[in-house]
Amino acid sequence: MRALILLAFLLFSGVSLAADGEAILQERCASCHTLSGSAAQTVKELWERKAPDLFYAGSKYQGEWLERWLQTPTRIRPAGFHYFQNIKPGPKRDVVDKSKLQTHVVLTASEANKVRQVLMTMKEAQGLIIEGDFKGGSISMSFGEMVFDKFNGCMGCHQIEPGFGGDSGPEMYTAATRLKPDYMVSFIRNPQAWNPKTAMPNKHTAEPNIQKLVQYMIALSKESWDEN
Amino acid sequence: MKTNVLMLLMILVIPSAWASSAEDNYKTYCWQCHGMQGDGMGLNVRDMSVQPRDHTSKKSMAGRTDEDLFNVIKHGGLAIDKSVLMPPWADTFTDDEIHELVSYLLRLCQCR
Repeated sequence: MRALILLAFLLFSGVSLAADGEAILQERCASCHTLSGSAAQTVKELWERKAPDLFYAGSKYQGEWLERWLQTPTRIRPAGFHYFQNIKPGPKRDVVDKSKLQTHVVLTASEANKVRQVLMTMKEAQGLIIEGDFKGGSISMSFGEMVFDKFNGCMGCHQIEPGFGGDSGPEMYTAATRLKPDYMVSFIRNPQAWNPKTAMPNKHTAEPNIQKLVQYMIALSKESWDEN
Repeated sequence: MKTNVLMLLMILVIPSAWASSAEDNYKTYCWQCHGMQGDGMGLNVRDMSVQPRDHTSKKSMAGRTDEDLFNVIKHGGLAIDKSVLMPPWADTFTDDEIHELVSYLLRLCQCR
């Protein structure tokens, strides 16, 4: 009998947690994030999106990071979500217009946990994630940087350490803390399959180099950065 | 018959509905390196080993044929023996959008 009561309690708690998380998502997140549907199909549609799509959050994000970040959000894209909406001409080059940058809502530990539970159930349904797609292995920082920068030119848009690299894309030194390895492999392989209008070009990177890039992301994430 | 008409409509209408203007594409994808004013002084240039081309300079753009410009947008810098920092946009733009971007560049540099 006690076991039945306990089971009922646990089931109820789980349902309640999900319901709470869903309610928080709708109330606090849905005005900026797309929670269901599909990625933007046109540039104009892309411009209307205010934040990353979350309908495949469970395939993309590391749950632990998500829960932590929602309580202490930091800027991942130096120039905001759409860089071109937040820049102005500067004396030497275009610069970020900080007055245009938005801050992210902050959740309590309890809210962040509930939201995480729901987000982790939201998976992409197109078969883009192949479990075990990232084959593991490691790479030296110097060779990794060579593959990232010299061979593929990724540093043009992404920072590999705070303040070093491009400002328009998401920082890469925290990528593996934030993102699942199989997602990174899939996204690098075909960014447009995830988001047809993403600013990330498909470089048709050879499979072994995709693995090396993800190994490099993981190596970068093990360095000690102030942000995380 | 109905199916044929539908197919024809899809071929004619959908690509034009999904296509974006050269101005919008340039703003979304090219500003980050080539700059809001197209002068090569974009947001990302600070740590670049090779500076992006100044699209407003007739002199700087003079050596590029239309075909070069099409190829460099579609297949990236390496396609014309230039920097890997210029990525290939073949999966982002249709050929028609690239042709329109080429025309846009020629207007920016007042080359035509």
